[in-house]
Amino acid sequence: MTVAAALRAFGRFWWDFLIGDTPELAGGTLVVIVIAWAIAHGPGALVVCFPAAVVVLLAASLWRGRRG
Amino acid sequence: MTSTLLLVLAVFAACTVEAVEALTIVLAAGVTRGWRSTIEGAAAALLVLAALVAAFGPALIRYVPISVLRLVVGGLLLSLGLQWLRKALLRASGLKAKHDEDAIYRREVARLSGLPRPAGGRDATGFVISFKGVFLEGMEVVLIVLSLGLSSGRLGYAVAAAAAAVVVVTAVGLMVARQLAEVPENAMKLGVGLMLVSFGTFWSGEGAGIRWPLADGAILGLIATYAVVAFVAVRFLQRGRVVAPPSPEPA
Repeated sequence: MTVAAALRAFGRFWWDFLIGDTPELAGGTLVVIVIAWAIAHGPGALVVCFPAAVVVLLAASLWRGRRG
Repeated sequence: MTSTLLLVLAVFAACTVEAVEALTIVLAAGVTRGWRSTIEGAAAALLVLAALVAAFGPALIRYVPISVLRLVVGGLLLSLGLQWLRKALLRASGLKAKHDEDAIYRREVARLSGLPRPAGGRDATGFVISFKGVFLEGMEVVLIVLSLGLSSGRLGYAVAAAAAAVVVVTAVGLMVARQLAEVPENAMKLGVGLMLVSFGTFWSGEGAGIRWPLADGAILGLIATYAVVAFVAVRFLQRGRVVAPPSPEPA
């Protein structure tokens, strides 16, 4: 196995592991963390928006899974 | 105290699910390729996984600021947890085939029986199959142990819970001398998914600067909220579903 092939296999392993067939969850997680950062600098009551954003992300991914 | 107990439970359950899957592969390799090389492969993989935790755990604690650590590993937990939860909910509602350890075992035994065996000594195929099975299933546990342990500052508890799960699954597997198909894997996966998403929300929120009401007690509120969402989601998804047959696909 060449070094290039080993690096490709290594990259493929982590891609499958962290993203796999649900890229919306990996990308969506970044989005909700940005939302968390915005919430942290706003009024305290906004804290409920963070788990709500996670629920929306899960629902969207489940909807995609239901159709596919 | 409550969050420590939840952390131990989450790691123990996650490690149990992965250990059951690894045990199926190890047993299939042992039965078909001989036990010596199979056990050596599994032991080597466990050593590599333990070395990864030992190498990265203390180094991350020492060199990375806790807020950054919580933000990054919290995000990782959230992403992993959402993947587990999504899969478990789709399986619970019948939209995705359940994980069938018996079918995986039969498939692996048939595949490995067809491969040529060396006349004597060590069997490289048995070693590699066993090593890969344990290492790949174990990597997810390593990430969960590191992320939960580091963000909560209780890496020792997380490591101990993971080790206990490996010991329990191995002991039970040896006692019954077969794969553990009766373990309620999807229910455990759903429970672990709920806890990972809750811990991930909590720690990534803390890392981002959110001050949760009730401090650590907010984790319980998050688990309860996500559990209600999961219950509603399964009910919703079950409407008009077609029940999928059990699948030998990896979890």
